[in-house]
Amino acid sequence: MPDLVREIEKEQIKKDIPEFVPGDEVKVHLRIPEGEKERIQIYEGTVIARKHGSLRETFTVRKISYGVGVERIFPLHSPMIAKIEIAKKGDVRRAKLYYLRKKKK
Amino acid sequence: MREGILGRKLGMTQIFDKDGRAIPVTVIESGPCVVLQHKTKKTDGYDAIQLGFAKPLRFIREIRGEFPYKLGDEVKVSIFQEGEYVDITGISKGKGFAGGMKRWGWAGGGASHGSMSHRRIGSVGQGTSPGRVFKGKTMPGHMGFRRVTVQNLKIIKVDSEHEILLVKGAIPGVKGGYLLIRTSIKM
Repeated sequence: MPDLVREIEKEQIKKDIPEFVPGDEVKVHLRIPEGEKERIQIYEGTVIARKHGSLRETFTVRKISYGVGVERIFPLHSPMIAKIEIAKKGDVRRAKLYYLRKKKK
Repeated sequence: MREGILGRKLGMTQIFDKDGRAIPVTVIESGPCVVLQHKTKKTDGYDAIQLGFAKPLRFIREIRGEFPYKLGDEVKVSIFQEGEYVDITGISKGKGFAGGMKRWGWAGGGASHGSMSHRRIGSVGQGTSPGRVFKGKTMPGHMGFRRVTVQNLKIIKVDSEHEILLVKGAIPGVKGGYLLIRTSIKM
């Protein structure tokens, strides 16, 4: 018997996600529903982590907004994400860039 | 009347709804079940059907009520619909001999400052009067591996093709554990 839990996840997994790794700078295009209409908002920052896997995969994007560090965690396969754009390729040797939180600007 | 079916827990995952929220779901292989016996008020003192599940037959349970099924009929997931609520009964995971903090949520003793009563049982009663420990006093002991029913679980999806039921939230027991699924009693 096929693994039916996997099958259910497969149906929802997006196939158009570009390859990106921690260290890359990305623009996340978010769908913001406003009543009937929808608006796209862009959240830009550095990817500092990718966690879990398969349908449950999430990624963390960090940016500095008005001098304050802001981090948002997105479910990778969420339908609320319209598009992920890679702004800049990174060059890091770590999978999790939590050290950026303590780093002096 | 409360519909009922037997099933097997396959595992958990999540599903995005139309608003983009991730809903935790349990995947249940449910049915088809075979009607094995028909019990009636006249012959048995109550009305019920006996269902059997899995090939070869591994799990047999009765469901109370008068049903139109005949002997040998198959009961399938399609008796349920999306958005309905069900109660699910299973055997919870065994936890072995568990202390009072885990089993009953006791507060426990002090952690430091010379305390030697970290997770110990505290006072179990009063004094000379009543001079005994009350019945039902929560104590350490065997935990889990008992029949547990979770009520009012929302059906997220019914897949008749694969005989699969997706239900919101967690249900008791291990993956592969057998379950009794019934229409919610509180609806």
